[in-house]
Amino acid sequence: MNFKRPIGILVATTLLATPVLAEELTIGLSSEPTAMDPYFHNLGPNNAMTRHIFDRLILQDEKQALTPGLATSWAPVDDLTWEFKLRQGVKYHDGSDFNADDVVCSWERAPNVPNSPSSFGTYTKGKTVVKIDDFTVHIKTAAPFPLMANDVSNIAIVSSETGCNASTEDYNNGPASVGTGPFKFVSYSPGDSIVLERNDDYWGEKPVWSKVTLKPIKSGPSRVAALLAGDVDMIEGVPTTDITTLAKNDDLALSQGVSNRVIYLHLDHDRADSPFVTANGGGDIDNPLRKLEVRQAISKAINRDAIVDRVMEGVAIKAGQLLPEGFFGVSDKLAPVDYDPNGAKELLAKAGVADGFELTIHGPNDRYINDAKIAEAIGQMLTRIGIKTQVETMPRSVYFKRASRGGPDETPEFSFILVGWGAGSGEASSPLKSLIGTHNPDKGWGASNRGRYSNPKVDELLETALATVEDPTRQNLLAEATEIAINDGAIIPLHYQVNTWAAKKGLTYKARTDEATLAIGVVKE
Amino acid sequence: MTVFIIRRLLQAVIVVFIMSLIVFFGVNVIGDPVDMLINPEADQAEIERTIKALGLDKPIHEQYLFFLKGVATGDFGKSFIFGEPALKLILHHMPATIELALVSLIMAIVLGIPLGLYAGLFPDQRVSRGIMAASILGFSLPTFWVGLMMIMLFAVYLGWLPSTGRGDTAVFLGIESSLWTRDGLSHLFMPALNLALTNISLVIRLTRAGVREAMHQDYIKFARAKGLKPRRVIGVHLMKNILIPIITVLGLEFGSLMAFSVVTETIFAWPGMGKLLIDSLLQLDRPVVVAYLMIIVLFFVVINLVVDILYSVLDPRVRLKDQGT
Repeated sequence: MNFKRPIGILVATTLLATPVLAEELTIGLSSEPTAMDPYFHNLGPNNAMTRHIFDRLILQDEKQALTPGLATSWAPVDDLTWEFKLRQGVKYHDGSDFNADDVVCSWERAPNVPNSPSSFGTYTKGKTVVKIDDFTVHIKTAAPFPLMANDVSNIAIVSSETGCNASTEDYNNGPASVGTGPFKFVSYSPGDSIVLERNDDYWGEKPVWSKVTLKPIKSGPSRVAALLAGDVDMIEGVPTTDITTLAKNDDLALSQGVSNRVIYLHLDHDRADSPFVTANGGGDIDNPLRKLEVRQAISKAINRDAIVDRVMEGVAIKAGQLLPEGFFGVSDKLAPVDYDPNGAKELLAKAGVADGFELTIHGPNDRYINDAKIAEAIGQMLTRIGIKTQVETMPRSVYFKRASRGGPDETPEFSFILVGWGAGSGEASSPLKSLIGTHNPDKGWGASNRGRYSNPKVDELLETALATVEDPTRQNLLAEATEIAINDGAIIPLHYQVNTWAAKKGLTYKARTDEATLAIGVVKE
Repeated sequence: MTVFIIRRLLQAVIVVFIMSLIVFFGVNVIGDPVDMLINPEADQAEIERTIKALGLDKPIHEQYLFFLKGVATGDFGKSFIFGEPALKLILHHMPATIELALVSLIMAIVLGIPLGLYAGLFPDQRVSRGIMAASILGFSLPTFWVGLMMIMLFAVYLGWLPSTGRGDTAVFLGIESSLWTRDGLSHLFMPALNLALTNISLVIRLTRAGVREAMHQDYIKFARAKGLKPRRVIGVHLMKNILIPIITVLGLEFGSLMAFSVVTETIFAWPGMGKLLIDSLLQLDRPVVVAYLMIIVLFFVVINLVVDILYSVLDPRVRLKDQGT
């Protein structure tokens, strides 16, 4: 769907269109959505893009707090049923009305898109949506389910008239891309641009932008150049090396915000003979990472301030747990561990490895901000306290398979790894369940527990939390589970990523913890 | 000549088949696409489901046979990432790359041949030395650096040209292209020039060498002795003879421009095939990588064929026969 006009008119219109109107916004994206279909691919860039066109029953604000969307209120009516009251008088972009039928059929389509590389079944699993009347739906589960609202906030609502029986292609070409969101679909040309226009009948606060163009520019320097040249008004994912220069530029304004992503180290808690841990000189050694003192020593040996200042150029916040403060389920008793190399050496001596041992740290080199450099810094810091550390980094396409299932019988291949985790649900049960809960495919726990940490006490607390609907009680349970796990060295948190957006002077972006770039979040001063 | 072409096409089929084997098994050794595709929060059951849905749970030889069956019916498989047929994706990105390669080829010819001719005819002039020195720079400067410098100069400081992306397209003679609009051309200029730099230098050097050698040949002397105008001696007698190596090289280079304009397309965010290839490689979108490389092999075979045919047109002494096979 590109402009198709005869050449003469086109030259004329391009000349006329050159002075950019104030209400038009062009954003340079660092990654490209793979489809317009909101249920095709459950991944960050897609979910951010589809939020422009399709509302959810519950929305996540920039801090991932839940706010009313197409549902005005929600509450459990009994242990197994949640009731959602729907917003009345909402119209789709094609003028049709929104009601409970749209919700029911959206939930049917969400997990069942053919060829979906990552489906929304994660959120719809075990839930049945029942229409009570035109503006009330019930969602039933087999067991109490406190995270209902979080899951509901991930399911876009399409139209029962145009969207529910459409194919992904219909969404990409436009006819099915009809939602209730703040922007309407105009055109999508893969690799080049996505064009949206304002929905003047939007039920919520109307966007200031009459036309929004999203352009994928994956190369960092090119994205910065496009902003400097004025071809785009705002970019996401500013490379850390450019932040200082851009901050000095008077024509630009930076917006920064902490993300829900923690960068951490996972260590082998399981194997007595861990493949990448050896005694000095290369002999066998009983895996010292299984000793609490050694894990504490490693944490103390890491100079988090230095990593934040030098490697991350100040654009990160040192971490003491799984999520930054302000998120649901975060403990107020955990602080980042202080740098203390002497204390670390004492702990090593206590653990019976006073002379240290040899270790290899593995990490990706194209996944997180400065990931390879962080791994190198950690290697040096550990070598300083006597743990002679080799650093090996690799592209993420190779890394994640090996880290998750590269060893015999699909066990994790590495002993000591650098990874990151973004809590999509915006609360602490997400990292607890995936990273720290005992690996158990039947329960769906520990899918990313690449250190195979297992602690019955933590599991029990989490189990209880996940069945507790009252928020304050659940909050305490999650915080307690986090405290036990972190104090036990289940993982070693390093820092929380801070994301940077850069825009023309006069524009600011309400930085989002989920790293999404939304046109509604761009504010004119 | 017909036999020659048929035989060449048969060879092509065999080459493509062998290529498919190498590429298919090659890409399957690297990593696991599931980790690239799936939402990190997915649990084990969801990961299993995706592995099944993509057909990755089957042994690799079965996957290959399934793939071959598809190819026989013109189906190269579906992209893991986009869920669309790989062939359709590649064809969708092809026009942008053809534009880029074509314009950059024209730049190479239009700039390279006259400059080379000048440097060859007047080798001792200062201008000629300048041209030759510049051609060395054109060879040796890395394209990603030159590309970024061009963006800094023309887009950021001077503001003459847009920094990245493809401009508006229009339909002319039934072809939709950004060549037909001013906006499109202004977007096209920098990436095309960046892509053309090496080839301009190459053509300059080839032309100069050809001219220097041919100028002392008897037929040139004879043409002069006949009293032909210098314009005709150079334009017809000289050019016709030095063009053969240039056409060979440009033919092959055109293939490379089409197939591997990866760096330029990435820097200028040009929505062409090169960018598709690098994205697919990084994200392990195996069907697209395999289909892409097979198409490129086919493409090179055809280009070589066209070059051979052009030879015989330019030089009647060349007869199209199988040489030594």
